[in-house]
Amino acid sequence: MEIRPILASLRRHRIPATLIVLEIALACAVLCNAVFMIGQRIADIRWPNAIDEQGISMVTVNGTDPRLAASDIPRDLSALRGIAGVTAAAAATSMPLDQNPALSDFTTTPDGKTTVNTSIYFLGSGGQQALGLRLLAGRFFNADEYADSGIKDFNSTGHVVLITQSDAQRLWPGQSALGRNLYTNDRSWTVVGVVADVLAQDPRFSGPGGRHSSAFFPLHPDAVMGDYVLRSAPRDRARVLREATQTLGKLEPGAVVQGATYAGVRGDYFANTRSMAWMLVLVCVVMLAVTAFGIVGLTSFWVGQRRRQIGIRRAVGATRGHIMQYFQTENFLLGTAGVVLGMVLAFGINLYLMQRYEIARMPWYYLPASAVALWMLGQLAVLGPALRAAAVPPVVATRSV
Amino acid sequence: MFGYYLDLALRSLKRNKALTVLMVLAIAVGIGASMTTLTVMHLLSGDPLPGRSGTLFYPQVDPDPDPSPNHQPYDMMDYRSAQELWSAHRADREAMVTSSQLRLTASHLNLPPLMAQMLSTTSDFFPMFDVPFRYGGGWTAEDDRSRARVAVISSDLNDKLFNGADSVGRTLRLKDSDVRIVGVLAPWRPSPQFYDVAGGRFSNGDTAGFYQRPEDVFVPFQSSLEINAGGFQPFTCWSMPGDPAHLQNSPCVWVALWVQLDSAAKVAGYRRFVADYAAQQKALGRFVHADNTQLRSLMGWLDFNQVVPSDVRLQTWLALAFLLICLFNTVGLLLAKFLRRAGEIGVRRALGASRAAVFAQCLVEAGLIGLLGGASGLLLTLFGLWLVRSQPVEYADLVHLDTTMFLATFALAVVASLLAGVLPALRASRMPPGLQLKTL
Repeated sequence: MEIRPILASLRRHRIPATLIVLEIALACAVLCNAVFMIGQRIADIRWPNAIDEQGISMVTVNGTDPRLAASDIPRDLSALRGIAGVTAAAAATSMPLDQNPALSDFTTTPDGKTTVNTSIYFLGSGGQQALGLRLLAGRFFNADEYADSGIKDFNSTGHVVLITQSDAQRLWPGQSALGRNLYTNDRSWTVVGVVADVLAQDPRFSGPGGRHSSAFFPLHPDAVMGDYVLRSAPRDRARVLREATQTLGKLEPGAVVQGATYAGVRGDYFANTRSMAWMLVLVCVVMLAVTAFGIVGLTSFWVGQRRRQIGIRRAVGATRGHIMQYFQTENFLLGTAGVVLGMVLAFGINLYLMQRYEIARMPWYYLPASAVALWMLGQLAVLGPALRAAAVPPVVATRSV
Repeated sequence: MFGYYLDLALRSLKRNKALTVLMVLAIAVGIGASMTTLTVMHLLSGDPLPGRSGTLFYPQVDPDPDPSPNHQPYDMMDYRSAQELWSAHRADREAMVTSSQLRLTASHLNLPPLMAQMLSTTSDFFPMFDVPFRYGGGWTAEDDRSRARVAVISSDLNDKLFNGADSVGRTLRLKDSDVRIVGVLAPWRPSPQFYDVAGGRFSNGDTAGFYQRPEDVFVPFQSSLEINAGGFQPFTCWSMPGDPAHLQNSPCVWVALWVQLDSAAKVAGYRRFVADYAAQQKALGRFVHADNTQLRSLMGWLDFNQVVPSDVRLQTWLALAFLLICLFNTVGLLLAKFLRRAGEIGVRRALGASRAAVFAQCLVEAGLIGLLGGASGLLLTLFGLWLVRSQPVEYADLVHLDTTMFLATFALAVVASLLAGVLPALRASRMPPGLQLKTL
């Protein structure tokens, strides 16, 4: 295909051609960044969390008498374990993604420094089964450790801790974490086990470094434990939760009892992220539609304007295919100019966002991917007008001269 | 002449319906998207207390004993500093605030107990922030001193517990203490909930929580410390608190102090007072960073905390880019439309119309498209705001279209389409008439 005549004709329509190029460039830049942000949000929503998310129900009990906790919690737990379908139940201070951060900074030496905030969880006896923690090395807490561990100044008075795989690798890279000590504020705990990665209480707040930084401590029944964690088969979950809420409502008449499935807690945590991702998808779709209609509109105008020239070309021997190719090539040239400009713009926007909003660097393949998408969109948009142009009969050339 | 141009424009728009619909839709979509996000932006970045915010200030001191230099003082105060600054009464009005959660029972009402947010504050809070009352009023300074068991409740809570009836004089049970209701607020929804704002710089732009509803119960500060002993959460601590149940003497910051200063001289005076207090505390050995004090205005404090969520700012940028794309689109289509009428314009020029007249005629047509686009854009904006309202965010119930933004929608639509029309109209008016006539 000869492109010189196309360029010559575009030169005569400099302003509309420039406008299409700019429109494609902007669309390409926005598309790149929006798709990248959608991808990041989807990755966030999928953060792995090595607990039995589908089987867990939580019942939060607030406003009980703290002096009675030592006797009430075992009583409540035995009632909860009596509910048909409950395979494990335990008390805990907080749960991953419950947006109630209890953070501490642990180091590997007594006077070390760190910027990572570790989420701390205190589990009552049986907590590992109730959560469904996956042990990768070492052991879970034993009965003595549960019985002898209390809480003081937000820290465990026991001597043992379970850490996540991410923390084990971060704190002791390439070595075994078992038997080593974690320190904070002149206290220390011995790592007895490493579990698969469990999310922080508020991973967005904790940042990338603290996302899977979680530490588990044993705790005897204590008033700080406000959550009862129940595990059942997913199909029993709704019934178990309903019965557990009723049971606890009867056992703790003065307290505020609220139940939720863990899947619901996770859904709530990411509700905002999910709706923002959908918003971005909507923007992309409408923006691409507007761009496509813009191309259709302008090309249709050009086709209308050039009916006579098209007729003459047909009359002197050009096939329908030639006419189609002309408009397709023209669109391809405009599209190329647009996406080249757009990729530069997209890269610039990403750099700016990186500085202003702590957004990660966009992987390079987003640029060619959205370039190809816009090329295809342009070709699709031009198809209609190009077919209409090809349908211009050669006889037009002989009319109205 | 204008009427005639309007008639011409209408005829021209009718002649090519598909193109007209395309242009109107492009403008409508661009306007709808950008006005939706701009309205949210406008509501979230506005002044929560118009006319009053200029006299409200947020003092900060730095009780951190770590000798390494801190960039900023803590976002809240330790109890002792707040209490000492407050009880000096150097400002026109001043209020300590801290928020906590506790169990609330209305024993005689046969409702299950619920967890309520309680704001612990002092009597100046209500006049200082212009808080509207439906029944009764705030408590007195004497109630603050005598640790009176009184409370002011929100209109939401009053609706829930008393079906909106006048509940002044009735009793609520907060944790294990009875309090007497002395006032019921009228619906009050400051945006953001400014007096609780702190820690925005640590939230990575996830600041939608600053727009939640005010607390359900307001209780005198000292009374609340007794009622909800052990129920307060520190904002942060510089070392481990000895007794987490009693934060009064803990190495933690958890109290905010707001002051009202009615003149510039008083602001300067208060600034000096806070600095002097810090210096005095350094002399006493309690502070290390005596020079690290701040007195930000309400709006300055909101800016410092970057209260507008970064998602909202991002959406606004996206929407503006989107509007720009729609405008490029419109310019291209208008250009196509006007130049297609080259012959018609040539005849008008040949019959004596000036360039300005042709230009005006084209702009009228562009403006008409803008108005049509604005009207459809308004519908899309209402749809967009409905979408935002159905989002699971704290500020969802705040979102509505006010008169300013309603008018701004049309202004933006017309200005945008006129801008888009200028270039095509110029091109159309510059066409040499002779050339066009020849080809007719």
